[in-house]
Formats: sequence, structure tokens, C-alpha cells
Amino acid sequence: MPYIEMPKLSDTMTEGTLVKWRKAIGDTVSVGDILAEIETDKAVMELEAFDDGTLKEIYVPDGGKAQIGEKLALLLGVGESMPKKKGEAPITEKRDLADAGEHGQEVSPKSKTKVEPAAAPVHVASAGRVKASPLAKKIAVAKGVDLATIHGSGPGGRVVAKDLESAPTKTSRAPAAASAPIISTILPEGAKRIPLSGMRKIIAERLLASKTQIPHFYLNIEVDAGELLKFRSQANVHLEKAGAAKLTINDFVLKAAVEAAMKVPRVNASYAGDSIIQYADVHLSVAVAVEDGLVTPVVRQAQKKSLREISEAVKDLATRARTKKLKPEEYQGGTITVSNLGSHGIDNFFAVINPPQAIILAVGAIVKKPVVNAQDEIVPAHRLAIGLSADHRVVDGAIGAQYLAELRLLIENPVLMLI
Amino acid sequence: MPKITYRKALNDALAEELARDENVFIIGEEVAQYNGAYKVTEGLWARFGDKRVLDTPITEAAFVGLGVGASMLGLRPVIELMFWSFAYVAYDQIVNNAGCIRYMSGGRIHCPIVIRGPANGGTGVGATHSHTPESILANSPGVKVICPATAYDAKGLMKSAIRDNDPVFVMENTLLYGEIWEVPDEEYLIPLGVADVKCEGVDISLIAHGRAVLTSLKAAEILAGEHGINAEVVDLRSIRPLDEETILQSVRKTHHAVLVDENKPFCSVSAQIASMIQEKAFDDLDAPVLRVCSLDAPAIYSPALEKLQLPTVERIVEKVLEIL
Repeated sequence: MPYIEMPKLSDTMTEGTLVKWRKAIGDTVSVGDILAEIETDKAVMELEAFDDGTLKEIYVPDGGKAQIGEKLALLLGVGESMPKKKGEAPITEKRDLADAGEHGQEVSPKSKTKVEPAAAPVHVASAGRVKASPLAKKIAVAKGVDLATIHGSGPGGRVVAKDLESAPTKTSRAPAAASAPIISTILPEGAKRIPLSGMRKIIAERLLASKTQIPHFYLNIEVDAGELLKFRSQANVHLEKAGAAKLTINDFVLKAAVEAAMKVPRVNASYAGDSIIQYADVHLSVAVAVEDGLVTPVVRQAQKKSLREISEAVKDLATRARTKKLKPEEYQGGTITVSNLGSHGIDNFFAVINPPQAIILAVGAIVKKPVVNAQDEIVPAHRLAIGLSADHRVVDGAIGAQYLAELRLLIENPVLMLI
Repeated sequence: MPKITYRKALNDALAEELARDENVFIIGEEVAQYNGAYKVTEGLWARFGDKRVLDTPITEAAFVGLGVGASMLGLRPVIELMFWSFAYVAYDQIVNNAGCIRYMSGGRIHCPIVIRGPANGGTGVGATHSHTPESILANSPGVKVICPATAYDAKGLMKSAIRDNDPVFVMENTLLYGEIWEVPDEEYLIPLGVADVKCEGVDISLIAHGRAVLTSLKAAEILAGEHGINAEVVDLRSIRPLDEETILQSVRKTHHAVLVDENKPFCSVSAQIASMIQEKAFDDLDAPVLRVCSLDAPAIYSPALEKLQLPTVERIVEKVLEIL
């Protein structure tokens, strides 16, 4: 295969930018020479030659972009002839990164097809099975190298040991790319292997992607929940008399999170590579723990819903989430997530952002503790800790603080939620 | 160190063993008064007399059978076959009688016989005189088969063969009888079943026996000189018992093997070795094990063609370049 293709240089890379060719057409190339510099979603890396030969054609100019596997150049070895041309060398269309429709991804088993990495390994296209010598396979396992990413120089494209000599391990080739640790296949005594459920796999993929790709930062506040508790018990007395379901503390927090997002709309947004998409509606994702994982059903257009409507919607969604009766559209397309571990005895924490959202709120338990009031007296108070994790590409500290200030105002003055 | 021919080395081995052990005797067609068809037994009849060196009629089945019987009673016959190709008329004596008696007697009867003679093609003597039956004979449990490639090995192995208590078949080569190697004056033995690395290398293992070892050594020189490939040449010396460990050590070092074998390819010695390598060194292989054998046809009578039928240096080099 005389073509040089865009290699997959990081786990999340789908396309690369050819920053600069270091070799020109007609140059002689030896194994190990640096052909070009390629910018991935993470870093600028050097593209190494795996074969000797002469650079005959270049298809992607300096500054051009190419998908993984797309032809970049033609390198002919001694005795190799120019391949037959069928018109121009194909350059597939650039993907539109500003595809706003992509935000509809949530942690759920059924959204699997949407979250699979778009890129295929470079050589899989030519042959379903990677041909490699037994020794090469052994070395690949020892070095943690994916054979599909190695160009085979042996007969019929077989990967042989020398192809792996210069192959860096996954970690050195793409330092930023996270890879699953290689864990011995031999289990310690008494240990058991639990196969990954579909949901567990997606949680692993999505949250790994989130923590490795999204620059998280964290802010936290502690609010006075005294008024909220009073307000809630008043409301519940009447609701109970009317035979209606009672409101939970979380219902108020959810309502406040939505109202605050309407006041500070820049948090209700997604990072889209070359732009930021700011949404008009607040689709509120609510983290619900289920057996073997969690689901984040979505209360759609939550800004149009009353406290009671939000409460009812969440109860219904949570119940159906636990019995796995949610439809895909009911857990996709959220714009902000609230996770509440207060009922699990957690006072305060920070959550991992649910991509492609920009913020997630982490709500703890209401704790009774001494505080210093405006009169400099130490008094008992009901305090609620709220953590905010934000994508710094979208939200800066000041915006995050502004959002939390709005949230504090609403929770400490719950009557505002009715206005 | 004195230089002697392969023929003289064998002659010395026979003479030393005849002198050392009165139970040793030589029997075969023209081995005594004519000094041997290929002069391997030259001077032995004159020196040791009628009782120790005996001529026979053209009766392979009879004199091999005689030798088998004599060995069961404690003598140590060395039987010359003018060509190993003639062994086929004595196959019952060689395989059924000599090869099985120790097993059939529950270990009570031994058969310390040596059968020796040339077993090679390449000399224009036709298909019926050019067989290489080491693969066929080594297929029988209970026998030993050796194929010396040099004068040094021929002498040391022949002496061990005569002292061995099992049937040992020594495959010589008429093309090597006149070749000269250094052989020490002092006595030495080479144990049966021990291979010899004739040339050390790191890139590929050329594994061969008999004259193919010499062809491989020449190929190794060309590979080193013209292609920068550092080949190791492993001389099996003994086909059975087979020194698997030396073969495997070499393959584990070079990760590549080309087997060179004057057998015809089908069910040959190299087929056995290829099977053994993939079974025991699979994860060390960086390429398939390839073979260079005689072309799969009866020995070609045309001298020009027969030369090409046997493994040539060019074919070995070509085969190595296929995987390196």
C-alpha cells in the first residue's frame, strides 16, 4: 500500500490538520523520516514514514484537513509503480463540526450508536483481520500497541516484529490520549470478572471522554435552606390536604436551577469545536440512579413548567427509568444536568459533566449546623451545599459564579420561584 | 590439525573401532578385497583379515538379515550398502527386525547394528540410485539415523554409532567423500542426537542436514555479503534422535527459519522440523517457516537438470529474501 494515510493519533481524533509537510514531492524518504506535522484534537505530532521510497504525490496541502484513513500522499518504493488513477484522488468532504444536532446524546444504553467513536482504525478498511506474525502479536501485547494502527511491511501487508520496533506504545504516541490499563488476564484468587453491561460501557466511554476532553473547573456555594424548608412544609400541608403528591427539596432545587439558567443563559450551552451553541430552551437532565448505573432523563422545556409540573415530570421519569421503560427521546437532548446525592448522605461533591453540556450541578444534603448571622451571632441553620462543574471552554469562573448567585437567591427566597 | 577427506575420516573411524572391539566386523558388497565401491573400507581387509571384513553377494536382504541376527547375539556388525537406495530390498530386516526387536523382546534383546552407505542424489546415477531415505527410516521408532556433513562429524558420529546399542543408520554422501576437512589425530566421539551450529547468526536460521548444510553455509556467505543478512546455520547431524532444543534456541533467537533439505518435500525431514517449530516456538516466529527441498520428482537423470533439482545456493537466498 503506497499511500500515506491520516493516522489515528489519539483515541478521540476523527480528523487531523496537516500543519506542514516536511518532505516535498520528489524527496527520497527512509523509514523513520518525519514526513509531516499533524495537528490532532490534542496536539501537533510528527508523521513518521514506515517505508522507504520516494514521495510522488501530495493530496492534502499544508493547513488542509483530512479524516482518519484519508490519503495524504503517495510514497512509492523501489520497483513500485504508480497506481491506476480513477480521476482525482478522493478527498472526502470535511465534516461539519458545528452540527448542532449532535447535542442530543445522553448516557443511556440505547444511545450507543451515537456515542461510538466515528473513526475506524486505519487498516481495517483494507482487510477485516489484521495480519500479524505470532511474534509481532506477542510484542504488540507487551508494548500495548494496537496492531490495527501499525503498517505491516511483511508479505501481503503482514505486521512483523520490525514494524513494532519503532512503534511507540499508545501512551508515548498520544500522551494525552487515555487508554484502558492493561490488566492481567489472570484473576487473583477469589476475584471475579464482571462483564460490562451496555450501560456500563457507555458510562465508561462518555465519562472518560468528558474527563479527558472537557476542561472542568469547579465552584461551590453553601446556601441557607431555612426558608426553603419552611416554604416546602407550608406547600406540602396544602398539597396533602388536596390529596396531591408532596414536593421534595430536590424539586425546588431543580426549579431554581432552571430559573437561574434563564437568568444566565450562557451556561445553557455546548462547545461545538469552532463555535458555542447557546440553547433557547432549558432541557433539564436529572441524574437517576438505577440498578447497575445511572440514567439522566430529561424534563423538556423546563423553563415553561411550574414547580409542580417539574415535580410530577421528574417522578414519572425516575420511576420509568428504574424500570427501564424510558423512550430514547426521554433521555436525550438535555442541556443542563442536576445530580443530587443528598438522600444518599452526601453533604457536598462535584459531578462529571455530561457531554455535550457545559455545566452540571451537584446537590448535597441539607445539614443543620452553626452559622454566624448578620448580627454576628452563632445560630443553628439549615445549610445546603451545591457544587458546580463547568466546561471552561464555554463558561468562565465569573459566569459560573453569576449562575450560582442566581441559584442562591432563588433557594434562599423560594417565593421567587413562583413569579 | 591434519586435513583429511570425509572418506578417510570414515575409514579411520572403522579402523579404530575394529581395533578397539573384537566384536566389530564389516560386511557388504565389495567391502573387502575391492576396498569398497567408494573406497571407504580401503585397507581394512588387508589389516584385519577375512573374519573382520567380509565380502557378500548382491543380497541385501540376506546380509542385512545376517547382521541383525549377529548383533542380537552380541556382535557389532557394520554393514555397508553400496547405495542406501538398495536398502529397500532389506526393508523387513531393517525396520521390522532391527528396528522392533528391542521393543518386541521387552528390552531383553538389543540390536547394536550399524548400516552405512551413501544416500544422495546429484551424481547422475538415476532415480533408483539416488534416494535419501533418512526421512523414511527415521519414521520408525527404535532406530537412530545420522547424516554427517563434514569429515570431522563423520568420524566422531561413526564411532559413536558403532558403540551404540541400538540400530544406527549412517547416511553418507558420495559428493562429500573426496572433500577435505580438519580432523584431529586424537580420538574423539560425537554423541548421537546433538546438533551443531555451524555458523552463528541473528537474522534467520538455516536448518539443514548432510550436504545441504554446506549449501546453506554458502548461502549464508552470500546473504551476509550481498544482502546484509546474518544467517545462522544449524546442522542437525542426527535426524533421530533430533536435537529439538538447539533448533528451537536458534529460532527463538532469529525468529525466522528456512529449512534446507535434500529430501523430496513430501513427508520429508524438513516437514517434521517445520511442524515441530510451529508447535513449540509459535510465538517466536515472525514469518512462516519456509523450506528449500529437492524438487518433487524422481531424481532427474539429466545432469544439468539434476543439479537444479537439489537445493541450490540461489534457491536458499531467494527463499530467505521472501521473508526478510
